[in-house]
Amino acid sequence: MTVTELLPLIGIPIVVAGFAFKFNPLLVVTVAGLATGLSVGMDLGTLLETFGEKFVNSRSLATFLLILPVIGLLESYGLKERAQDWIASLANATSARILMLYFVLRQGLGALGLTYIGGQAQTVRPLLAPMVEGAAVAKYGELPLPIRDKIRAHAAACDNIAVFFGEDIFIAFGAVLLMDAFLKENGITNIEPLHLGLWAIPTAIAALIIHMARLTRLDASIRRDVEAWKKSEGTEVTA
Amino acid sequence: MKTLLTINEIYYLVGIIVMLLVGMTLRDKGNPKRLTTALFWFLFGSVFLFGDMLVAGLGKPMAYRVIGVVVVVISLIAGCGLLSAGSYLQRSAADRQASANRLGNWIFLPALLIPLITVLCTVLLKNVAIGGVYLLDQKQLTLAALCVASVCAILAGWKLTGGTPLQAVRESRRLVDAIGWAAILPQMLAMLGGVFVAAQTGKSVQEVVTLFVNPDSSFLLVVIYCVGMALFTMIMGNAFAAFPVMTAGIALPFLIAGQHADPAPLVTIGMLAGYCGTLMTPMAANYNIVPAALLELKDKYKVIKIQIPTAVTLLAANILLMYFIVFR
Repeated sequence: MTVTELLPLIGIPIVVAGFAFKFNPLLVVTVAGLATGLSVGMDLGTLLETFGEKFVNSRSLATFLLILPVIGLLESYGLKERAQDWIASLANATSARILMLYFVLRQGLGALGLTYIGGQAQTVRPLLAPMVEGAAVAKYGELPLPIRDKIRAHAAACDNIAVFFGEDIFIAFGAVLLMDAFLKENGITNIEPLHLGLWAIPTAIAALIIHMARLTRLDASIRRDVEAWKKSEGTEVTA
Repeated sequence: MKTLLTINEIYYLVGIIVMLLVGMTLRDKGNPKRLTTALFWFLFGSVFLFGDMLVAGLGKPMAYRVIGVVVVVISLIAGCGLLSAGSYLQRSAADRQASANRLGNWIFLPALLIPLITVLCTVLLKNVAIGGVYLLDQKQLTLAALCVASVCAILAGWKLTGGTPLQAVRESRRLVDAIGWAAILPQMLAMLGGVFVAAQTGKSVQEVVTLFVNPDSSFLLVVIYCVGMALFTMIMGNAFAAFPVMTAGIALPFLIAGQHADPAPLVTIGMLAGYCGTLMTPMAANYNIVPAALLELKDKYKVIKIQIPTAVTLLAANILLMYFIVFR
């Protein structure tokens, strides 16, 4: 093992150190890219060309910007307020129950290939988070920032986990096609994409069980947080 | 065959929206760094508006080189802390509550139209052509459908609330400013992935792994493959970028060739082990950092912190599943 063989790895410690020292991630990634390219002897022009090509070809990653205007508009006309009022009118809705229902729906639809039916900008910010928060507010009244943030973060996490471990079952999803192409390139040709999708099912079930188990304890944990907060408020008043 | 709505036109639309935001930022005296913030978004929007024109005019190598320089400038602006949020005219809480009461559950309609129309277009307009013209870009069907859905949702929102499409863009500036540089990180990571492929980083990983692995311990190899996928995904922010490196470095030589593991479940569960890493890294900005900004969380790592217990447990589950399934 020589130093030359290790040079292409230089980007990895740069990314890790960049994060540890809290530099801006865009800068860290650019520096890591420059260092990796230059260390293996790419000239600066070719390197910049690679930068530009990949950046242009991955523009589709920014199309979520199209959704934000309508969300902003609806919010200024009371989308969140309405979501919270509606949830408050449902007697059985609790934060955890809403999240569990959403998780099952999102994972199920993801497995059918309908991944775009949810998402952080499309559904979590305008609908799910206000509803989950609304259920807790209906029960305990206005909540302090840390408890509110915890509930909102749970909504975002629920969306991520459900879709990650649902979508792989659907054979047309990019990951399955990527794995299929990789195996064929490396001379393993007797596998159909369908097999890859099927082997995602055990992990999908494990994800469902693990996250549901956590959510069953969420309502109690919110109640404990609220009690602790009310207690500390109380002591501040008497002190 | 021609296409009515191509992915390039969608990029123009993104570019136009970003340029409107640039104009609004320039006029916003309440933003302490309005000039550099506007420049950041102007450069970003230019790639969408003028990217294809540059390629047509200068040819690929030169155009990509120019865009490469633009990208470096973008990251310098962000890296020097020259981005900041502006000030926004917002409707009062009382106004919002009043229109919420007036509109009732109808206000959900435009928001629900986005997923509904996306899915309907994806399913119904696949391979649909009228007079030899495809209605939607067939290669990027979901994105084209998402674009149609967003426009329909804005029109429905306009009709319902009385607020214009331009007002919609104005309202979205608050959200875009909150997301800030994180909106661009996924594209930057795609760029880094490209450099890693060109530099053959995968080969180096394989050699490092060879030094430390005893090729006879099948359980240990499974652990190293799964944990390696998760860790490298955390660094690259994307399991797709980690997959070829780790699978070529560990799974193919040691597990498939060396231990006769069943390849289909091996690579599938390996990829899913990578997804556990996605849940634990700020590099996966569009899943972990953008939502924290969208939800206005005080701690931008809060979503990651909530996800860690599930991610770690599931990674352990994946290790066990892989071990018992691929050697069954």
